[in-house]
Amino acid sequence: MNDIFTLMKSELAVTAIIFLLLLIKIGKGVRNEALLPIIQVLLLINLISGFFFNKEGALFGDMFHTSTLIAFQKNILNLGVYLISLLFTDWLKKSQHMAEFFMLILSALLGMFFMISSGNLLIFFLSLELSTIPVAALANFDLEKKRSSEGAMKMILSSAFSSGILLFGISLMYGATGTISFAEIPAKLDGSSLQVLAFVFLFSAFAFKLSIVPFHLWTADVYEGSPIAVSSFLSVISKGSVAFIFISALYKVFQPMQAVWYNMLVILAVATMIIGNLFALRQQNIKRFLAFSSIAQVGFILVGMSSSDNTGVTAVTYFILIYVFSNLAAFGIASVISEHSGKENIDDYKGLYKTNPFLSWVLALALFSLAGVPPTAGFFGKLFLLTAGAAKGEYWFITIAALNMVISLYYYLRIVRAVFMDKNETPVDKIKLNDSVKLAFIICGAGIVLTGLFSWIFDFIQSLH
Amino acid sequence: MPNATIIALIPLLPLAGFVLLGLFGRKVFRNSSGILATVLLLASTVLALYTAYEYFFVYGKVDSIYQKFIPLQLTWLEFYKGLSIDMGIYIDPISVMMLVVVTFVSLMVHIYSLGYMKGEERFPVYYSFLGLFTFSMLGLVLASNIFQIYIFWELVGVSSFLLIGYYYDKPSAVAACKKAFIVTRFADLGFLIGILILSFCSGTLDFQTLIQRLTVPGSSEFNTAVSYSFMGVSAITWGAALVFVGGAGKSAMFPLHIWLPDAMEGPTPVSALIHAATMVVAGVFLVTRLFPVFAITTPNTLVIVGWVGAVSAIFAAIIACTQTDIKRVLAYSTMSQIGYMMFALGVSKYGGEAGLGFTASLFHLFTHAMFKALLFLAAGAVIHYVHSNEMKDMGGLRKQLPITHITFLIACLAIAGVPPFAGFFSKEEILLAAYQNNIAIYYIALITSGLTAFYMFRLYFNIFWSKPYESHGESHHGEGGFVMMLPLVLLAIGAAAAGFIPFGEYVSSDGTPLKSNFHLQFSIAPVVLGLTGIFTAMWLYRSQNDRPAKIAASLNGFYKAAYHKFYIDEVYVFITKKILFNLIGKPAAWFDRNVVDGAVNLTGATTQAISVGIKKIQSGKVQQYAIYFLAGVIVLAALFIYVWK
Repeated sequence: MNDIFTLMKSELAVTAIIFLLLLIKIGKGVRNEALLPIIQVLLLINLISGFFFNKEGALFGDMFHTSTLIAFQKNILNLGVYLISLLFTDWLKKSQHMAEFFMLILSALLGMFFMISSGNLLIFFLSLELSTIPVAALANFDLEKKRSSEGAMKMILSSAFSSGILLFGISLMYGATGTISFAEIPAKLDGSSLQVLAFVFLFSAFAFKLSIVPFHLWTADVYEGSPIAVSSFLSVISKGSVAFIFISALYKVFQPMQAVWYNMLVILAVATMIIGNLFALRQQNIKRFLAFSSIAQVGFILVGMSSSDNTGVTAVTYFILIYVFSNLAAFGIASVISEHSGKENIDDYKGLYKTNPFLSWVLALALFSLAGVPPTAGFFGKLFLLTAGAAKGEYWFITIAALNMVISLYYYLRIVRAVFMDKNETPVDKIKLNDSVKLAFIICGAGIVLTGLFSWIFDFIQSLH
Repeated sequence: MPNATIIALIPLLPLAGFVLLGLFGRKVFRNSSGILATVLLLASTVLALYTAYEYFFVYGKVDSIYQKFIPLQLTWLEFYKGLSIDMGIYIDPISVMMLVVVTFVSLMVHIYSLGYMKGEERFPVYYSFLGLFTFSMLGLVLASNIFQIYIFWELVGVSSFLLIGYYYDKPSAVAACKKAFIVTRFADLGFLIGILILSFCSGTLDFQTLIQRLTVPGSSEFNTAVSYSFMGVSAITWGAALVFVGGAGKSAMFPLHIWLPDAMEGPTPVSALIHAATMVVAGVFLVTRLFPVFAITTPNTLVIVGWVGAVSAIFAAIIACTQTDIKRVLAYSTMSQIGYMMFALGVSKYGGEAGLGFTASLFHLFTHAMFKALLFLAAGAVIHYVHSNEMKDMGGLRKQLPITHITFLIACLAIAGVPPFAGFFSKEEILLAAYQNNIAIYYIALITSGLTAFYMFRLYFNIFWSKPYESHGESHHGEGGFVMMLPLVLLAIGAAAAGFIPFGEYVSSDGTPLKSNFHLQFSIAPVVLGLTGIFTAMWLYRSQNDRPAKIAASLNGFYKAAYHKFYIDEVYVFITKKILFNLIGKPAAWFDRNVVDGAVNLTGATTQAISVGIKKIQSGKVQQYAIYFLAGVIVLAALFIYVWK
């Protein structure tokens, strides 16, 4: 019984916060101004406590298992949610349903936690659904906007389609191996056509959630329609959680099929990087731009995953930590500017430096990190992904990845140029930042600079195996 | 065993000075910056002397051989097991001797600058740069591996750049610091490639291991290093030669010397420290560090070292006879003396008596540091007094500047090799080594030593005798206060007495003490030549007359060529501007504009076109998305079930 409280403490903590919010909501109701700080503090406590007392173990007949690495990965997601609660303060305060927003987001987070810890295909499927459906509801959160509803609709339909294929794959897998337990599947894999077909179906579900080309088409529409807070949740936290379970499924469960999935990863990584970059090149809307550029980033994550040993796990985990800081900072700036001026086009960012130097510097840091420019952390993240990917000796693959880094450098720097150099008659007005937003930007900026410079962070992640 | 903390403090104290003055100099230490830096360096000097005492007289000698110690080794970047970049301290007779030289001369310059630089607007900045330089130089001499040397090598270059350009509002100073930086950078490229070759061959960066692996025939590293060849020359020879290119750049060896005379644009105490006593001998130090590799594995490279040194020595001495700017005379003299040290290494062999040249080279480095620093500081005192660098504005200053006069005279006698001053002893050993190994170099060295005596006394008589001093009307202060005279006196004592140190007892190529044997008959020739030089200079310059002009006229063409430094600068300008620019730069620019840009634009246009093309996929219709999704699944399944099996 004690095991439940120690091994599932992250899940229990999140559940507790959800119920607390529910009670507050059905009670008298508290004003947003008073409730938000409480939530922020709760999330902070949740984040800090996530660093302690992490143990390795399994529960419920191996359906749920955890380790120090998994606990750390969960805590990266906790960090992301905490940053979101700070970054989007302005938008949240205006919302009529702030408590529901957090209940939904935490439910999705809970689903992700179970997903990362899942020990068989059934739990995996259930937790995947738990992490998806609340987000579809969140996508619809701008109630008065038609595009928001459209995005939510597209998301729920596409997810349903993906889930159908996934379930089909799970039943085929059960048929072909006679088990749904992650621990037992590897022994039963013999590479028969049926198993490969089942694996492709399962793979496509991961690919859908990660927005890997050609399963990515829903992404841009949903990101553009959703409130920025939700887009950022989708692009950072949702992607991160699926990447964690994807890599552990590939390395542990489907290890015998490595020859198959290595080639799949290579093909899809190349397609994803190239298509994501090509689309990102021509976007004018900042949200669509970030959507496509995050697709390209996933391509790089796949490069790191292809290594198939511990260096891959470390590189991916480290990259996602950095990605949380960088991409959330970029989304945060887009949100602040959109909230205050209603402007969402890249052209509107021209001359931002004149009026908002602090925001401009944070944005520049974030974009440099996303582009992988040294000495920001993003550079180290990409470096480790590429070295992990290079382990197999497929240098043309790494060359393509490196070329794509150059292309992405071009479009990220395009924004930096707009902000710092281009002239504009009517730049965005000077924005007075809320303290908690400022705090979030400072945390992100520090994360972007320091995560790369402190090599012990990487060493620490490496030591978690 | 050496005490790592004490030794580590020696470079760290000046670094602390740099950090403190760099951050708070302008506000907190506005008036006390000089004192602070000097006190820190004094502490450093005391520690260095203590270390030297302990090493040479207490623990250093085991079985009458001086041992090598590595009291501190921190792994900085580990590439894989066995190859890492470390930061360490390497203690052997050479590094201990260099510690003493660097801290002592630096301390003298710190004290002297208290008076010389007084009233400067950027006084704290000056001292912080001095601290940075001293730190880098000490880090360089203590380095335990070749990569660490490279790092500090570059740091030394940077601080030299900063100090030459100290008067940044003077265009000539700015041009000089750029020139120094670019020329030495260019040489450092050779150094870096050399390091890469050597470490690739030996599989290590660490000095001791590297030397051990590359000098013992039969080991696998040795065989690789000798058998790999490029253009008919073995890898190890390339490596050693390229390292020497780096050393030649920093040590202003012909033909990479062109930056040194221009570097005299920096403040004079800086010239004394960096461009006379310490940084410019880094090249010599580098060759001595890798000396076993040079001497045992690639003796051919050592021949190059010897000839480059000899040519530089005589070449610079001839130019020095014609210059009229007193600091430039000293600059060429420095180049000539470093040439001495280089060829001394070139004619040396490894181990025992045959290693005489090695000991002599470092002995000369040691004595040269004393008298050359003294010459520069004394010249600084003269410049301070007359506000000009030109000989024609001086003359007859022995009344006005009595202490400067005496100390300058001692330094001149030392550099001219007059017994019993320091330069005599070290130069004797160099000449003896040359005589035993390479007679051609010996004669070059002999002529050079006569020339040295001549141009030094030309300088001396022109400054202190020649004509009665005419004041140019400005109100004159005296000779400079106590802080400026104290270093002169201390250095003069060094220049007079340093020769009596039995140097070979302490520093030799393989650590075993070397008895210096003194041959009276052998030293007759150089001393006579030196005295001839001195008396010729006296006859020409003691009082004003038309003899120098007549001689210059009779040697018309040669004199002009020497006066214009043999047009080496012009050659460089011709090569870079005319040849490199027209033959390589212009075609490269054309290629860049028309081919590279064209290709880039084509790629850009293609990308845009594809981007427009695939836009149709992103239609916004969710049914179509599902179709693509399904198509993706089917293609993957088909690919991996039927094709890829």
